[in-house]
Amino acid sequence: MNNPTWQEGVYAALKAARVTQIGYVPDAGHAHLITAAHADPDMKAVVLTTEEEGIALSAGAWLGGERCAILMQSSGVGNCINMLSLPLNCRMPFLTLVTMRGEWGEFNPWQVPMGAATQPVLTAAGVHVRRADRPEDAAEMVGASAALAFDSQIPVAVLFSQRLIGAKVFVK
Amino acid sequence: MTRQNDGTLDRRVVVAELMRDPGDLLVVTGLGAATYDVGATGDRPLNFYLWGAMGGTGMIGLGLALAQPDKHVLVITGDGEQLMGMGALATIAASGAKNISIAVLDNGRFGETGSQFSHTGLGADLAAVAAACGWQTVTTARDMDEVKALAPRLRQESMFAVLRISAEEKPRHLPPRDGAYLTDRFRRALGVAEV
Repeated sequence: MNNPTWQEGVYAALKAARVTQIGYVPDAGHAHLITAAHADPDMKAVVLTTEEEGIALSAGAWLGGERCAILMQSSGVGNCINMLSLPLNCRMPFLTLVTMRGEWGEFNPWQVPMGAATQPVLTAAGVHVRRADRPEDAAEMVGASAALAFDSQIPVAVLFSQRLIGAKVFVK
Repeated sequence: MTRQNDGTLDRRVVVAELMRDPGDLLVVTGLGAATYDVGATGDRPLNFYLWGAMGGTGMIGLGLALAQPDKHVLVITGDGEQLMGMGALATIAASGAKNISIAVLDNGRFGETGSQFSHTGLGADLAAVAAACGWQTVTTARDMDEVKALAPRLRQESMFAVLRISAEEKPRHLPPRDGAYLTDRFRRALGVAEV
């Protein structure tokens, strides 16, 4: 997290994919992207109260001719499931970048159940799941996943592994 | 079941007023009776009807409003749908978007599922919630004079309006429900389809 290089590459990949709206529920692993989105006059950054709002935001953006990406952490995936019927029914793209918790050096046991369920739940709901484990792969993974989502008009999630973002360290 | 504070407005008359000469108004409707009411005023490509995705109507309106800043978005939904998306009232207000209004057809009931009382029928006030979430212009209409006065404002201002309709059930009017069709024709009508 101290070296934002790969996150910079991810933001550049979103820009190259012509994403102009970013909705997010904050996560430390997304902090660089959130800051970059707010600092970018050509990006509309929308803070959400819950992740499912982001699926509806993305649908509205697409109806209006824009491309949206949603940032969330793995615990938020569980908040999204019924709303995922929206892009599937409407043959709309949906792109989300998910920072993983509960899988690599996790301190907080409350993160583990949803972390373990994230990929199978997304798959069951009809979302195509890709995963980035190494910093050098992240930007390319996002670029390819954005193309898949927006050109094929399908929902795609990119999981940023906890090993990639760095396990959160709690100190007494 | 009736209650002392039940609304009296006829939902179809109210929605016909909101949808009069819509021009290029971008309309998103919440699942259930709001979708039927808007469909009954005449189908048009710039109506996007939800048949599911409960709680998402306002946020679809926001994404659309941000993407089309030169047009106005009107979200027409019911109290039950809005209650499920109550956080979106804070999100939309915080976004600062000025080209979106929400009209809630509030009968205090979950009409689609047997007319059980909703939270607004049990004391919750969505207009007060919206005001507390930061909406600058919030109103509640109880008669048609008030509806006629606010209808043009819903197309010009960023306004949250509660319309106190009666719990009377209307014949179902079923507009198209194929989401891919609704999406494609909306984007073509706006001129934003990529293919």
